[in-house]
Amino acid sequence: MIAEAGLAALWLAAALSALQLALAFGLGGEQGRSLPTIRSVALAQGLLTLLAFGALIAVFLNSDMSVLLVAENSHSEKPWLYKFAGAWGNHEGSMLLWVAVLALSGAVVALFEHRLDERTLGATLGAQAALALGFFAFLLFASNPFERLDPAPLDGRGLNPLLQDPGLAFHPPTLYLGYVGLSVAFSLAVGGLVRGNFGPAIARAMRPWVLAAWVLLTLGITAGSYWAYYELGWGGWWFWDPVENASLMPWLAATALLHSVNVLAARGGLRAWTMMLALIAFSMSMVGTFLVRSGILTSVHSFAVDPTRGTFILALLAIYIGGALTLFAFRIAHVKEGSPFEVVSREGGLVANNLILSVILGVVFVGTLYPLLAEALSGEKLSVGPPYFDSVASPMALVLAVLMMIAPQLKWRRDAAPILPRVAPGLLVAVAVLIASVILAPNIGMLPRFGLAIGAGLLPASLLPLFGRSLKRTPLAIWGMAIAHLGVAVAILGMASDSAFTEERLAAARPGETISIGPWLVEFRNVMPVAGPNWTALEAELRASKGSGALVLNPQSRFFPSPPTTTNEAAIDTSWNGQLYAVLGERDEQGRWQLRLWWKPFVTLIWLGGILIALGGALALVGRMVRERRQRIRGEEAFL
Amino acid sequence: MKVKPKHQRLVLVVLAAAAMIGAVLLAMWGLQDRAAYFVTPSDIAAGKAAPDKAMRLGGMVEKGSLKRDPDGVTVRFTVSDGKSETPVVFRGITPDLFKEGSGVVAEGRLDPNGLFVADNILAKHDERYMPPQMANEVAAR
Repeated sequence: MIAEAGLAALWLAAALSALQLALAFGLGGEQGRSLPTIRSVALAQGLLTLLAFGALIAVFLNSDMSVLLVAENSHSEKPWLYKFAGAWGNHEGSMLLWVAVLALSGAVVALFEHRLDERTLGATLGAQAALALGFFAFLLFASNPFERLDPAPLDGRGLNPLLQDPGLAFHPPTLYLGYVGLSVAFSLAVGGLVRGNFGPAIARAMRPWVLAAWVLLTLGITAGSYWAYYELGWGGWWFWDPVENASLMPWLAATALLHSVNVLAARGGLRAWTMMLALIAFSMSMVGTFLVRSGILTSVHSFAVDPTRGTFILALLAIYIGGALTLFAFRIAHVKEGSPFEVVSREGGLVANNLILSVILGVVFVGTLYPLLAEALSGEKLSVGPPYFDSVASPMALVLAVLMMIAPQLKWRRDAAPILPRVAPGLLVAVAVLIASVILAPNIGMLPRFGLAIGAGLLPASLLPLFGRSLKRTPLAIWGMAIAHLGVAVAILGMASDSAFTEERLAAARPGETISIGPWLVEFRNVMPVAGPNWTALEAELRASKGSGALVLNPQSRFFPSPPTTTNEAAIDTSWNGQLYAVLGERDEQGRWQLRLWWKPFVTLIWLGGILIALGGALALVGRMVRERRQRIRGEEAFL
Repeated sequence: MKVKPKHQRLVLVVLAAAAMIGAVLLAMWGLQDRAAYFVTPSDIAAGKAAPDKAMRLGGMVEKGSLKRDPDGVTVRFTVSDGKSETPVVFRGITPDLFKEGSGVVAEGRLDPNGLFVADNILAKHDERYMPPQMANEVAAR
């Protein structure tokens, strides 16, 4: 019953999105008069989709094995959290989550957006409905999550054990909220282009969505990176896997957009460019979805799917991205020039930021899609991995970090005063660290060496915009910028430290033997069997000690009966100056156990940096919203 | 330096175009010797794989070929595609479902003696997983 109710809700919501699209583009009479109707339709559509998603969660929680999706991906003896999270740990469920967020975002715009004129808002909601309609069709015709299975099996096949992790409950929804939050920026850009509205009002309406989506993408990417780090047991935190790139590309575009949208909102400049970025950002989200959901990639993220789905998503991509770019090309001539600025100015710095981010996006895009293209064109199979991305994308990121030391110090429009004194603190620290690293650590690579220097220089430089201000009266948005930039510095330091100073030991050890790594002496005590709720494991006891204290690490090799799989559970100890990371391998014929140990100095800074970046974005978002609210109230008072 | 808005826009458009062309050139330069091609033991036997270039070797782990060195952490095995065979050496903990008779993708380089030195063995995430390259090879046979 619940499954049928969910399916019915989906069909209704799809019909409403078609109605919304028709109303928005004038099929329902005069524009202004249909807006209240469009608003209620958008709200109803959002609620119905939410209902469908709730129905899916319900059938998973009830372990209703007569639903095909549940039977294939769940198991009645799973802990409830994984039944719950299992609802979106598969293709159909994750696409339903995607559509639900898309429809709900539309509903929120319909309810709360008051900055825009009615015509632009109507066109924006029409664009949002057009996006939703395509993905509803994809769900209903190619990925029905509520399909029944007759006869129902006694129990399900279970969820991939790698995905049975608390991180999974939050990682995909966070990323999806981010991906799909960008759809509103896309729809606003389409609405603005259709109605010839490119002013600061569009940018102000766009900004909270871009900031919110960007914060969630940042958190999702950070969480995903940590998940891969501790769950896959390879000791790495970023693999340049196409699926990781699929989340990085919208993030890069959103980062550029969130900087340029400020220029448009504050100075009325970079109009066409901002519209373009808004279109590209969500296009990258859709490309990411295509890469992950079409099944053309093999990784943890791609669930086995049939090729019709890939074709379907590719067609949607072509329609939406092609349509948006065509619209852009036709309307671009109507965009008036913004107010001019000089090269050395805040705008100039933000243009440089946007250009560098676009280049990084470009090389990541080419590197990610090249293997698909090469195979389609010449049948040649190849993969593009870390050697490519490390040598083309990482140096560009460091150039961007150098720009971050300078640009926030510049004034809007023109800056004639000498700049060097204002940026000296950061540059001096960077040069000092560079010299120190050459003397103290002559053998590390170029990239980590410059990473350490630039990261260290950016620490003070990122806080300089707060210097000389009354901290109490500094707008939250400025605090947000400083903290986000500080987060970038912290993350760069963590990445550089990890690649420069990580130590690794690979050993075959008998119980009682001792291995030394970094500052630690690790004693291998024994291996014992242990049991969990739906797994059994062999667990090693390692006693790690250094000068002052000692601690125990318990890496496991886990066996899951459904589906039958073995996974390695790494044991990680975090101290203030780094992480000790241990993985248990197999036992050999002579009774020795394979052990892999890493000592990773300051590696935690990577994720701490990610959290700081997201925190900065959140502060800016709150600051902007509070300020706009105050201005609106003041405006209304003045009007009275 | 005073600029007219119209000129400024032209400069920005040119800059944006230059950045995009730069990105593509940079990417092409990067791809030239950093893309890892997928090879099979037959390709290596036919001399199609240059030594000391990053590549991925795919095939089946030959039954009875898996051996462990006395150090306990180095494994040697033979990868076969039914026609030819390539010896592989790997130092590290092998993925959980790596075993004789199953599909494998090894990342690494071919040394001048024809030994494939793997620095990574791709993990199979579950029993249903098969690298697409492998699936094609198996289907072709």
